[in-house]
Amino acid sequence: MSESINDKSASKHSCCQNKNVATSDLAGDTPSGAQNSIDDNSSPTQQEHHLIVEGASCASCVTKIEKALRGVSGVQSAEMNFAQRSVMVTGNVSDGSLITAIEIAGYNAKIDASESEEEALDEKEKADFLYYKKLMRDMTIALVLGVPLMIYGLFIGEMTVNTTGERLVWFTVGLATLGVMYFSGKHFYVGAWNSLKNHSANMDTLIALGTGTAWIYSMVVVAVPELLPEMARHVYFEATAMIIGLINLGLALEVKARGKTSDAIKRLIGLQAKTARVIRDGKDIDIPIENVLLNDLIRVRPGEKISVDGLVVEGHTAVDESMLTGEPMPVEKSDGDKVVAGTINKSGSIVFKATRVGKDTALAQIINMVKRAQNSKPPIGRLADAISAYFVPVIMIIAVISALAWLNFGPSPALVFAIVSATTVLIIACPCALGLATPMSVMVGVGKAAEAGVLIRNGEALQTASKITTMILDKTGTITEGVPKVTDVLLADGHDRDHILMLAASIEAGSEHPLAMAIVDSAKEQGVEPQKVSGFASIVGKGVEAALDGSTLLFGNEKLMKDRGIDIDAFLDKAQALAAEAKTPMYFAVNKELAAIIAVADPIKTDSIEAIGRLKRNGIRIVMLTGDNRLTAKAIADKVGISEFFAEVMPEDKANKVAQFQEEGEIVGMTGDGINDAPALALANVGFAIGTGTDVAIESADITLMRGSLHGLADAIAVSKATLRNIKQNLFGAFIYNAAGVPIAAGVLYPFFGLLLNPVIAGAAMAFSSLTVVTNANRLRLFKAKDH
Amino acid sequence: MLWINLAGVALIAIIVWWFWMYKPSGVAMQDGAIEILVKDGVYQPSNINIPANEESTITFIRTDASPCSEILQIPDLDINVTLGLNKKVKVTIPASKPGRHAFHCQMKMYIGELIVE
Repeated sequence: MSESINDKSASKHSCCQNKNVATSDLAGDTPSGAQNSIDDNSSPTQQEHHLIVEGASCASCVTKIEKALRGVSGVQSAEMNFAQRSVMVTGNVSDGSLITAIEIAGYNAKIDASESEEEALDEKEKADFLYYKKLMRDMTIALVLGVPLMIYGLFIGEMTVNTTGERLVWFTVGLATLGVMYFSGKHFYVGAWNSLKNHSANMDTLIALGTGTAWIYSMVVVAVPELLPEMARHVYFEATAMIIGLINLGLALEVKARGKTSDAIKRLIGLQAKTARVIRDGKDIDIPIENVLLNDLIRVRPGEKISVDGLVVEGHTAVDESMLTGEPMPVEKSDGDKVVAGTINKSGSIVFKATRVGKDTALAQIINMVKRAQNSKPPIGRLADAISAYFVPVIMIIAVISALAWLNFGPSPALVFAIVSATTVLIIACPCALGLATPMSVMVGVGKAAEAGVLIRNGEALQTASKITTMILDKTGTITEGVPKVTDVLLADGHDRDHILMLAASIEAGSEHPLAMAIVDSAKEQGVEPQKVSGFASIVGKGVEAALDGSTLLFGNEKLMKDRGIDIDAFLDKAQALAAEAKTPMYFAVNKELAAIIAVADPIKTDSIEAIGRLKRNGIRIVMLTGDNRLTAKAIADKVGISEFFAEVMPEDKANKVAQFQEEGEIVGMTGDGINDAPALALANVGFAIGTGTDVAIESADITLMRGSLHGLADAIAVSKATLRNIKQNLFGAFIYNAAGVPIAAGVLYPFFGLLLNPVIAGAAMAFSSLTVVTNANRLRLFKAKDH
Repeated sequence: MLWINLAGVALIAIIVWWFWMYKPSGVAMQDGAIEILVKDGVYQPSNINIPANEESTITFIRTDASPCSEILQIPDLDINVTLGLNKKVKVTIPASKPGRHAFHCQMKMYIGELIVE
């Protein structure tokens, strides 16, 4: 197979996954791609595979290709769209076998990857920009008429109709306003009409009714002034034009501000590499990322992005994973280590084997999860949702009641007051501010958390995290590193540290015990290579013995030393002190004389103490659970500043502890590694899974911390609190705005202060109320979690 | 004034009936699928009849540039979808029991209903 064929056809982009959503360009009758697919666990559906076929030149090819595909084991259906040269296959089958089948039939095929996340985002930005330009044009047209009219009405003359000349002039202005309504406000009227037909009402309905009422009333004044009392012969063309102009301006600014709320997801999408340097037939070839196959060998040079997830098979380097985990220090990678798509190779050149490609990479899953979470709503938004459903018709009823009240009880000219108040009520009410209050803040908050390496599953988790009163921390792997290390080597007189480490590593090299492995790893880290021992024997429950270069080696616990009559009295105090620090002391004897005590412990993560301090300063009760003995648990708890802990807790009892705290009325967060803590994580009000960024159990918890540090936990709670505060500010603002604005527009202040709002002021207020909500949400972008 | 007041009350009654009381009938699916156009402030059609206990597919086509229309939510079914402009987006509705499920944009300005029967 030639390179070019390989390049085009050998693609295994995993756009084929269980999905309940598939996207395609509007141009085609058949979905031509499956990008932007969104998983929905509640609805398992058939796997779909979308391929582009090359070389099919006649309609009969369709039958041949479909037949070839149906012959592949696992294929349930295969349909080709000849016009699009696209094939959709359903079934439990790999892309590679489908491509091979098509190639055997005499054609070339590749995965249909017509639009990447980045392209979709570019397209959205272009569409938003065009919409912004249209709104600004609409605004300009409306204000070109509205502003001079308003200036005339305010400072120059009366906008009344008394003479035939005035009727002609205002009739012309009325027609010009109609032009504005058509060119700049058509979308409001069409939207309002369509909604009305659907028995629903929205913001368009209010704007169309408000501006329409003002225009129709004005035209009635112009057409038949004699029907109205002289004081009521006032026209409101400027109100119609100004309101349309201002609301278009508000919408345009809102489109701009909304764009900024998705900065975080843009940054994540921007992390994806576009090409990969794959080694095929001994040659390096650059191919599009979507054509990378599982098990492909990929070369990455210093400074380049890792293209897909994989395992290093050659070379050594440091990789910057900060963009995904928030961890600033580069991570060393060599043979067998995992690398993750989107991270940057800093120092050496490596070759890695692709283990997850396309939509299966950790980065793609993170992007998908963040997008879903950004679109979800926390419970706090439900009240606003409930109000939104009734809002517009209620405002219409208030407008009618207001008009009737003015007609019945208002001063002269009552009709004018009635029209003005009804119009102003319709215009000032802003359902959008209510509707935007929650989603805009969630959008920014979830994105902000993702930037800090915190993946929030949905809006509900975000809200509950802000209310946590008790945080339960698993000890091993959460507070501590989870991997035992040599912490102390106490030598007897006349012994050299490196030599002792070499001997100890040599005798332990054959053991699978975690403590033995810690000693071997520690020796290797210090450049000490273990040697081959003879006569190795394991003494169950006590230790090991062996011989090396004529010396007898004995390594184990106090009991072993006493059994063999080795004097350890001089070291007993030191050993007990080590044990009190949650370390495991082991005695090492050479030729029946004690040579050293080597202590092994699971070290506390460097920043655990500081992070736990942050949580405590936020008023959160911290509880530690561990399966370890009480002595070790106490030592760790004391070191990190935790006063409440439970030792010797079996994994199945962790969930019971969570339930116990919940019964006490606590809102419980549980933090663990997501595997043996799973029941407790599931039962807690919010489960936090600690990941490492490379093998994140994304779906296992409400919130996933991409880096191992507990600072991620404190960041998650700080961001959730800030987001909820922001949502409350938005909701409060939107409620107060409508609750105060609508009665004032109806004229409740008129009897006391003679104050009645001008519809133009109402239009400006309405236009900027939504903008205020979006701008306030954008303030969250400046929030720095580490400061809290 | 009596007639004006009566007209006002009648108008309020019409608003209540039109927007809250009236239950429009839904549009039936064809061969288990239907297309909904998201255009000019509404879903067209907005009320869809889907069969109970069967999976259905709805294709949304958004031609409305307003960002409000970008997100489609069906809260009862935990479906949350981004509708790309000028894109066909197929949404699979899982088999469910008879009932009504609202679908809408994030701000509930675009509103529709799935009538499962």
